[in-house]
Amino acid sequence: MLEADNLECVRGERRLFAGLNFKLAAGELLYLQGKNGAGKTSLLRMLIGLLLPASGEIRWKGLAIESDEFRADLCYLGHLNAIKEELTPLENLLAAARLADEDLSEDDAIDALEQVGLAGREDLACKYLSQGQKRRVALARLVKERRPLWILDEPFVALDVAAVDWLAGLISAHLQRGGLAVMTTHQPVDIPAGTVRELKLS
Amino acid sequence: MLKIITAVIGRDLKLAMRRQADIVSALFFFVIVVSLFPLGIGPEPDLLRKLAPGVLWVAALLATMLSLPRLFADDHRDGTLEQLALAPHPLGLVVTGKVIAHWLVSGLPLALIAPVLGIQFDLSADALVVLTFAILLGTPALSGIGAIGAALTLGLRGGGVLLSLLVLPLYIPVLIFGAGAVDATVTGLGGEGHLSLLAALTFASVGFAPWAAAAALKIALE
Repeated sequence: MLEADNLECVRGERRLFAGLNFKLAAGELLYLQGKNGAGKTSLLRMLIGLLLPASGEIRWKGLAIESDEFRADLCYLGHLNAIKEELTPLENLLAAARLADEDLSEDDAIDALEQVGLAGREDLACKYLSQGQKRRVALARLVKERRPLWILDEPFVALDVAAVDWLAGLISAHLQRGGLAVMTTHQPVDIPAGTVRELKLS
Repeated sequence: MLKIITAVIGRDLKLAMRRQADIVSALFFFVIVVSLFPLGIGPEPDLLRKLAPGVLWVAALLATMLSLPRLFADDHRDGTLEQLALAPHPLGLVVTGKVIAHWLVSGLPLALIAPVLGIQFDLSADALVVLTFAILLGTPALSGIGAIGAALTLGLRGGGVLLSLLVLPLYIPVLIFGAGAVDATVTGLGGEGHLSLLAALTFASVGFAPWAAAAALKIALE
């Protein structure tokens, strides 16, 4: 479903990688590895269409990714949380869903927040939450997310052990539903289900 | 299409309500700058009447400029802008929503308080009505054109100054027709011609500027 064909990435004067190919089918997870500065985030930003490759092409369901249809299938979680400090977790979740053109009822949103362990904090402005809790608000988006392609940049950062297990479970449930995921991480995490492919950038 | 625009407006208004200091400070800036002129020039009604349209409009331009750097900067810093760019609809619509929301919290309050300030300049009732109407009509253009500048200077160090240098020259037509409308009313020529040109500027900039700003945002996101 997701294919990268002969990708080349140049940032500034430096060529980070070239001739990169991979194919990812339904139910598969792609693990991006590599040391800092190897181009993991750049590759992710190419995959979501925010960064144009110096050469090569990325296709989703056989079509180039510059289309509204591709973005309707995409869920991206960057290393920034994309939550508003002034809004409460509940408002953040509902606003993000509306802006992404997804249907999310208030009950679903409250349920998602409960699952990430923020029960009772739905109505507290996000600026009063800790770093890990803010990350959980961002991750709560994934709970009800049914779009097929998840692209996650360092999803496990700032999470405690229990939350890491929970998130790994969430990703494998997504893969079992026939979803695809691409993610970067520095900590080795066991994703129980699905085919795991690894790609090392160096 | 309307759904996404209203979603953006709703979110931005809610955010603006949570930090009202921004709205109030721009409004106070406007009030104070305008009020300094009668104090500095002294009680000469003829001179003040002549200066009023220009002073009010220049102050309105500057007050609008104050809130422009934050138009996209907050969304850029916390990652929301990326998410907006990845949503399955054109980014131009999102920016249109943001421009409208910016006008509602910056342009509209200026128009509402302008007649009160106009009294300090001894403007006639007719002129006050036209002044309010002109600011109401012209400020959306300021938000629209300003969005292009805000998008182009996004993420730059010292972007605020660059933003003024980019945007203020583009505000000149709005200034000329806006102040001209009030001037023409004071001299008895009638401001309709100026007002219709102002409306044309507003329609053009609210219609087209968001798409130019969206293109600039995509470059900033790379």
